[in-house]
Amino acid sequence: MLRIHRLLVTAVALLGFLGASCGSDDSGSEATDVPAAGPSVSGDVTVFAATSLTAAFTEIGDAFVVEHPGARVTFNFAASSELVTQIGEGAPADVFASADLSNMAKLTDAGNNAIEPVVFATNLAEIIVAPGNPLGITGVADLADPDLIVVLCAPEVPCGKYAAAIFENAGVTVTPKSLEENVKAVVTKVTLGEADAGIVYQTDVTAAGADAAGVQIPADINVIAEYPIAVTKGAPNADGAQAFVDFVNSEQGQKILASFGFVAP
Amino acid sequence: MSRRRRRGRRVGLPAPVLVLAVMAVVFFALPLIGLLWRAPWSNAWHYLTDDDALTALRLSLICSLWATGLSILFGVPLAWLLARVEFPGRGAVRALCTLSMVLPPVVGGVALFFALGRRGIVGQYLYRWFDFTLPFTTTGVVIAQTFVAMPFLVITVEASLRQLDLRFDDASRTLGASRWYTFRRVTMPAVRPALVAGAVLAWARALGEFGATITFAGNFPGTTQTMPLAVYLSLETNPEEAIVLALLLIAISFAVLVGLRDRWFGRTDRPMAAT
Repeated sequence: MLRIHRLLVTAVALLGFLGASCGSDDSGSEATDVPAAGPSVSGDVTVFAATSLTAAFTEIGDAFVVEHPGARVTFNFAASSELVTQIGEGAPADVFASADLSNMAKLTDAGNNAIEPVVFATNLAEIIVAPGNPLGITGVADLADPDLIVVLCAPEVPCGKYAAAIFENAGVTVTPKSLEENVKAVVTKVTLGEADAGIVYQTDVTAAGADAAGVQIPADINVIAEYPIAVTKGAPNADGAQAFVDFVNSEQGQKILASFGFVAP
Repeated sequence: MSRRRRRGRRVGLPAPVLVLAVMAVVFFALPLIGLLWRAPWSNAWHYLTDDDALTALRLSLICSLWATGLSILFGVPLAWLLARVEFPGRGAVRALCTLSMVLPPVVGGVALFFALGRRGIVGQYLYRWFDFTLPFTTTGVVIAQTFVAMPFLVITVEASLRQLDLRFDDASRTLGASRWYTFRRVTMPAVRPALVAGAVLAWARALGEFGATITFAGNFPGTTQTMPLAVYLSLETNPEEAIVLALLLIAISFAVLVGLRDRWFGRTDRPMAAT
């Protein structure tokens, strides 16, 4: 009897808590509506961003909240193509940051953007090899060696498209052992020592730290990956979304991006 | 027995149970209906006869059958060991052998690297002595699938072995049959329905395997790109094609599950329930 009573109390308390948190959310969004202009941003900002932005955007999110104490940033990191699909199916995103222009184009073609997308960062492709480069790989041409285990991104994802373009520019034919579904999987295969080399982004080599080394690809055959960002059309928190996009493009945001190996556009 | 069954069916289920059961059916049916609804029927044939899709399908069928075969070969003895032999730490061994069911498949793939990869505990010697590596090979796909699928067979067969009346085995032994003969002619036929059910479950799991395969074996058309991998990658660029390929995979699994169920479980599960 006592136990049932206690259960009921807990349940009621929980309901009350839920109700209260819902209520506070509502009042939060009302509060943003009233001042309208001004720099104060509050409420949840939901950011859908490409996997390769994970580390940099997490730090940007922390810095954004310091700037706007009333706001909270929630991230959804996945492949750009998946994120576009999710937004198309009605996922409540405020901001979309893509790893390539074509996935952003899918968003704008469907009319799901509220502002014109802006390129906020660029990234270069690089050869990733084991720490210390034990096989002495010097450039793209070395990857044609059939004894080498080369792993690339699948042509369906941006990093795979870039790799194909680089090989074409260099006039090299490479037979990979595997076509990975995303760039982090290529990194993993090299850092685990299962693959000898792969083509990833410069930022991935930076993020791998001591577990991998990079071999630069000359600018004349390299490809520049452009990262566009936009506020989505159905953004539940449009003000917060715009503030986040502005912050990414601000000096502070760009500084954080640079520290992760991104290059300003 | 069979009479009581039939009567039970006519009485019908209590309404709340029926409502919940129907909700469960709807829960499973709706996503499938969603796929059928979004499927680009006018282009379906074009996608189905695509060379890459057929290659992936063939590889999927071959690898999943190998994985099922290996699961039976090693899984039945393992189930027998777990069900019939008492030894210290049996519970821990059982948990260990079914761990891959709860392990996120991608983690399973990485763990396979640590064991059988070029730098793995065993794999480094395979590489050093025989210049042989498992990752990025079709054998690697079979190993990844077996790793994930075998527990389904083991727990099904083990449960059935435990329910079995040991007196049958004893009778066989007292009548002069050898251990091996008893295992083959008495124990195995009695657990056959469970063996088939377990094998089908393991096969279905192997056929749909994605995470461990793409992590451990990679993804290359013709050698390691199975159907689920092809479906996932075509989702990136061509969702229409992905839906058609997924439906093909579903249709094949559905046909096998329905066909086998009628053929093997219709009658054979009744004597089992009686024992």
